[in-house]
Amino acid sequence: MSDAPDRELRISKIRDGTVIDHITGGQALNVLAILGIGGDEGIGVSIGMNVPSDKLGTKDVVKVEGRELSQGEVDVLSLLAPEATVNIVREFEVVEKKRVERPERVVGLLTCPNHNCITNADEPVESAFGVVDDGVRCEFCGEIVREDIGDHLAVH
Amino acid sequence: MRHDHLLSAGQLTREDIEAVLDRAADLADDPGAVGGRHADRLLALCFFEPSTRTKMSFDTAMKRIGGDTVDMGSVESSSVKKGESLADTVRVIEGYADGIVLRHPSEGAAKLASQFVDVPVINAGDGAGQHPSQTLLDLYTMRERAGLDDLTVGIMGDLKYGRTVHSLASALTNFDARMHFVSPESLRLPRGVRFDLHDAGAQLREHTDLDEVLAELDVLYVTRIQRERFPDENEYQQVAGQYQIDAGTLERARDDLTVMHPLPRVDEIAPDVDATDHAAYFAQAHNGVPVRMALLDELLGDGDAGAAAATDGGDSR
Ligand SMILES: [Zn+2]
Repeated sequence: MSDAPDRELRISKIRDGTVIDHITGGQALNVLAILGIGGDEGIGVSIGMNVPSDKLGTKDVVKVEGRELSQGEVDVLSLLAPEATVNIVREFEVVEKKRVERPERVVGLLTCPNHNCITNADEPVESAFGVVDDGVRCEFCGEIVREDIGDHLAVH
Repeated sequence: MRHDHLLSAGQLTREDIEAVLDRAADLADDPGAVGGRHADRLLALCFFEPSTRTKMSFDTAMKRIGGDTVDMGSVESSSVKKGESLADTVRVIEGYADGIVLRHPSEGAAKLASQFVDVPVINAGDGAGQHPSQTLLDLYTMRERAGLDDLTVGIMGDLKYGRTVHSLASALTNFDARMHFVSPESLRLPRGVRFDLHDAGAQLREHTDLDEVLAELDVLYVTRIQRERFPDENEYQQVAGQYQIDAGTLERARDDLTVMHPLPRVDEIAPDVDATDHAAYFAQAHNGVPVRMALLDELLGDGDAGAAAATDGGDSR
């Protein structure tokens, strides 16, 4: 949080919670969706979109107040924002930096783009995707999603 | 083979395949070899889309190993029509039968079913997905005619929606096969299938013209290009003719080329091919019975009894 103080002024500091930085530009809303944050939970959420960044050109930043993300939540971010860094903040101090790692599978988060996939029928199962080289793959029909994974988020 | 279900060809190792084919060969010679082990066993035939011959083939195989079948009947006459989920349907049928053969129009249906029941589920075709029991009989036929190693196999037709193609290609990665895929641009192999083939280190090439590879092939596996896959009739007419073979076409092939087809065919193989030595598709269809007998014996068999009853070379557990 202290590496670029002039830019950070765009979004106020938070007391307790999570700061997700270096999100691929334009993906902030999908990051919130994948975390299941819709804005009506009563928690403070700040979003900076297309903030100039030395590393990414432009990046998005999301700050979630009063909520510390779990490793599992952090890992699913990797599908949308492989460069993201996650800082847990307590009393205005970064107490933990989490690395984003690609999970092996993602359950219940994405809908399969194959309309003929059984997971899109009215059946009592959650979608399940295995994570492959540069995308995810439906465990039911084998469909591979590489681009625009954010478009297939099941959560809103 | 030690699996609870047969959902896709990708789960089969070379040892699994050879065990079923060896057993099938034994049963083809001596259908009585299974004994009475399946006398009280019932197999449920759940066909959510019509397929007379696959259903009859399973029905025959089950009866030939001493068991019996119960048939869900057509979807129109069942509670499925009223909107019952597949998960509910199979959970009810599980109470009636010792195994379920499932044909369904959606990809992944067999996998889903397998998550809700304890009896073995055999995928008899799920949409454009997989059809692994067909693949076992295809491999049986190939092995009889040409062996399974050091093969050059051409697979032609609708490679995008052809589930028999997806299963066959996947299974062939267990063997030393060079695969040539011949199709119109719009019906190429789907990304997921190509991913698996590359992942398995398969040697494959894709073509739009059969003549590029015909002369090299040991086996040519032909599938039907379905008219309904094309948005307009003109587009269909343009491609369909290019993927039809007749006796004249095969003069450019090797004398020992084997021509296969999962059937039914429409006009992709002309009747004048039937009388040539190339034609293997009717024998291929007949092989479905011993192969499915072996498969059912394996999946429904009760472990040790199965091993004890298996004859030489047919068991790898
Ligand atoms: Zn799917």
